[in-house]
Amino acid sequence: MALDVGLVLFVLGVAVWTVAARDAFSAVIGFVVYGLLLALVWMRLAAPDVALTEAAIGSGLTGGLLLGTSTRLRGTETPATGKKSVTGLRLAAALLCSLASIGLAMIVLLLPEPAPTLAPQAAANMAATGLGNPVTAVLMAYRAIDTLFETVVLLLALLGVWSLTPDRFWGGLPGRGRNADPEGVLTFAVQLLVPVGILIGVHIFWVGSVAPGGEFQGATILAAMWILAAMAGLVDAPRVSRRGLRLMLVAGPAVFFAIGLAGFAMAGAFLAYPEAHAKLLILTIEVPVTLSIAVTLALLVAGPPERTPQQ
Amino acid sequence: MSGATVYGLCSAALVGLGLFGLIVHPEPLRKILAFNLIGGGVFLLFGVVARKGAAAGFGGDPVPQALVITGLVVAFAATALAVGLLLRLSQEADVQPRSRMDSQP
Repeated sequence: MALDVGLVLFVLGVAVWTVAARDAFSAVIGFVVYGLLLALVWMRLAAPDVALTEAAIGSGLTGGLLLGTSTRLRGTETPATGKKSVTGLRLAAALLCSLASIGLAMIVLLLPEPAPTLAPQAAANMAATGLGNPVTAVLMAYRAIDTLFETVVLLLALLGVWSLTPDRFWGGLPGRGRNADPEGVLTFAVQLLVPVGILIGVHIFWVGSVAPGGEFQGATILAAMWILAAMAGLVDAPRVSRRGLRLMLVAGPAVFFAIGLAGFAMAGAFLAYPEAHAKLLILTIEVPVTLSIAVTLALLVAGPPERTPQQ
Repeated sequence: MSGATVYGLCSAALVGLGLFGLIVHPEPLRKILAFNLIGGGVFLLFGVVARKGAAAGFGGDPVPQALVITGLVVAFAATALAVGLLLRLSQEADVQPRSRMDSQP
């Protein structure tokens, strides 16, 4: 209990810092710490799968993306800070936001006891999926349609980012490109870290069927390894018009859809798996989905093309 | 009061804090940050609901937990899109005077 209260105080302190920090860069640092602390909270809430996702995506990828953005925007933001909002407006906002918080707190305190739960149903049907991790069973079997459309949402977000490309760079290379410093400490660290990271990413994906982990967490680590190598200048982003790249992007959702449609013939419903082959089919979906998610996440961080295809 | 309730109250405070940041900060990047702060609070609230639904030998209801994982990934995708828009906007603002002349017939 004391641990919980202490952790909550830390989380709230970092959140206040993120809102109150003077410059955007410090605020982003606060946000990264916030994500890591939330990962600890998820462990306390007995949700190790969510903790992994929070640390990898919520803190890591989002933090990295926003850090890069705040560095690029530095200098352009200064004129905006000149027109600080009026004290009266801030007071009114503080008052209304506290009301929202109090309302939510009331809901938390008035939650029904015992809480409604789907855990018994999830446990009862897990044997049929051949999986040992209930969260993976929900993601890949009971609520597979959510996961299917999530992969589509990721693709749509990438299309949105790419559509922001200026005309002259269309089909070109994302980001500005960096030259590797062969003697640099970053190059050395990345060469050491990336092979291990790829192994960990594949491992986390693979154990997801029986233990905390899964395709999203694994894919995020794989994407992060590519981003690290790109930061050190060891690899460069591919041309976004490359056919192989686009195939990798759509492979996951395409296989997912295909097996989902085959479910009509095999088990009588969209995304239904015949019991004898459930685990095999789930794995057949998970492998290309992991690849597609990893490539999509990496390209989302890389941003729209900023160099011509010839560069 | 159980540990889960403490985190529930924390999530309520986080949503309020994020909302405040979203309203009072004029810079778009700070608004994106504040929005993610709200997101963290909302997911946490859902996690508390999952924890209270612990049954059948699981530490929490796996259904809301899986939905939070989906939510985290979608929140990242939305943030990446927002950042893309923001960077493009700042590029446009940099070259505004010249490009406006170009576009005139």
